[in-house]
Amino acid sequence: MVKLKKYNGFLKLFVIFLTLFSISSCSTKNYNLTKIEGKQVPVTEKTGETTEIENFIKPYRDHINKDLDNVLAYCPETLDKSTGKWQTGIGSLMADVCVQRGNIVFNAREKKDIDLCLLNHGGIRAILPKGNVTTRSAFEIMPFENSLVVMALKGEQISEIAAYIIKEKKPQPLSGMTFTIAKDNKAKDIMVQGKPLDLNKTYYVATNDYLANGGDSMTFFAKSTQKFDLNYKLRDVLIDYFKEVDTVVAPKNIRITEE
Amino acid sequence: MKRREFIEKTAASTALLSLGLSLSSFESNDIKHLTILHTNDVHSHIDPFPADDPRNPNKGGVSRRATLIEAIRKENPNVLLLDAGDIFQGTPYFNYYGGELEFKLMSMMKYDASTIGNHDFDNGLDGLYAQLPHATFDFINSNYDFKNTVMDGHIKPYKIFNKNGIKVGVFGVGIELQGLVDKKLYLETVYNNPVEVAQDMTKLLKQEQKCDLVICLSHLGYKYKDEPTKISDLTFAAQTQDIDLIIGGHTHTFLDKPTVVKNKAGKDVLVNQVGCYGINLGRIDFYFDKDKAHTNQSATIVV
Repeated sequence: MVKLKKYNGFLKLFVIFLTLFSISSCSTKNYNLTKIEGKQVPVTEKTGETTEIENFIKPYRDHINKDLDNVLAYCPETLDKSTGKWQTGIGSLMADVCVQRGNIVFNAREKKDIDLCLLNHGGIRAILPKGNVTTRSAFEIMPFENSLVVMALKGEQISEIAAYIIKEKKPQPLSGMTFTIAKDNKAKDIMVQGKPLDLNKTYYVATNDYLANGGDSMTFFAKSTQKFDLNYKLRDVLIDYFKEVDTVVAPKNIRITEE
Repeated sequence: MKRREFIEKTAASTALLSLGLSLSSFESNDIKHLTILHTNDVHSHIDPFPADDPRNPNKGGVSRRATLIEAIRKENPNVLLLDAGDIFQGTPYFNYYGGELEFKLMSMMKYDASTIGNHDFDNGLDGLYAQLPHATFDFINSNYDFKNTVMDGHIKPYKIFNKNGIKVGVFGVGIELQGLVDKKLYLETVYNNPVEVAQDMTKLLKQEQKCDLVICLSHLGYKYKDEPTKISDLTFAAQTQDIDLIIGGHTHTFLDKPTVVKNKAGKDVLVNQVGCYGINLGRIDFYFDKDKAHTNQSATIVV
């Protein structure tokens, strides 16, 4: 009798113990982070394709390809925006083409000439590889839906453009304007269309709507006295240029000199 | 009498010993393995780069990425698949279809969530809104206030995922839109300070919701060497706490391995980014256990 009683007491204790343990171990306790492994998995041709995904993409791709793979011109060398400190072949080309093609619209509508063009280095989204140039190339370089605008700026703002370029330290696409970066990191000998900058004159500056609205901190465009929307997408400017020429020639002339 | 006492004591200690053993073995077997897979700045790169591309020949491609993801899911079904924004813009797929195909393919690959990059505004708020029905995953951003826009209620400030018992809190931070995105595209979207927003988010996710893991999807950019004061993933990581992993984007930064940064509380945060265009898939494996001995230990980071 005594023996049984003692045994029962032990059993009770055991059950309480078990309950306590299971509560503390399995309910409220959070997980502890013990190990982290990080790596990068490259996606290459060694990875097989997923048929279901491939079949899903195909009709979309076929439709676009039919449209894009028309050969428009030939490019004798790869043009890359990362190969230049203050100017690049592809940047100069784009800015020049914007002045040329933009003038067709601007002359006809406003009977005025574009003096210069400033675009942004970041807006060139791809290289132009050596070989056939297609509509696709234009889409890759200029995937954005930005259009060309002309801003009327005073000479004062033109000097702000030079200061901006120096401050940003990037080869911003520039056409119609040249200057020298002096030893004190200030712009000098600013020339527009081959003539010294006149601070009181109004200049017509071509750019895209993104930059005209202050994009990339191009605040000088906010001081414009007049804005002309050319309703001409930059990508279409490029496509029209490619259609016009047989061979793409990137300008090599120096627009910004460092002293 | 002495013998009985001995037997009782032995029985008790055996019971306790076996109890202890079974508990400790239960704990050590209860290791949870969570795999985070991530992409950023895919920019509509659905097809691989062609073999003659001078910079990225034969790299990338959604169909191949899907194969990799599927293989990893077979190895460990406990996967969270995330994107850090700029899904849109970069190939004609976007210009022709406005992001429809990007969202549909990400849904087929079973993405769990994405944050919003500056280029996801490229067709305006209406353009993004129009494509939302094609995404079965959630969009997470905590520092853009869309209250006075068409996007109101369609972007989650955070989401808690329960992955096989592991509670994962995910929130998102986006870059300052003014000066980067045309105002007519983002309209009345308000940008709030990411560090301040992260304080509220981590308090909620780590302290109140007791998440085992807190992940921040960021489109702030990895680092700005010419503008050290500008908020970036590295400065953000150092100014916040209770974040375990920051999955970044925007700067198209290719990292050999995730960067380990000390946060405000002196603890390690992982910052990762996998370049752009779907050339790489990021993979971070987290291992958890319930061993009490590990409670106050920091995790071993193998990168």
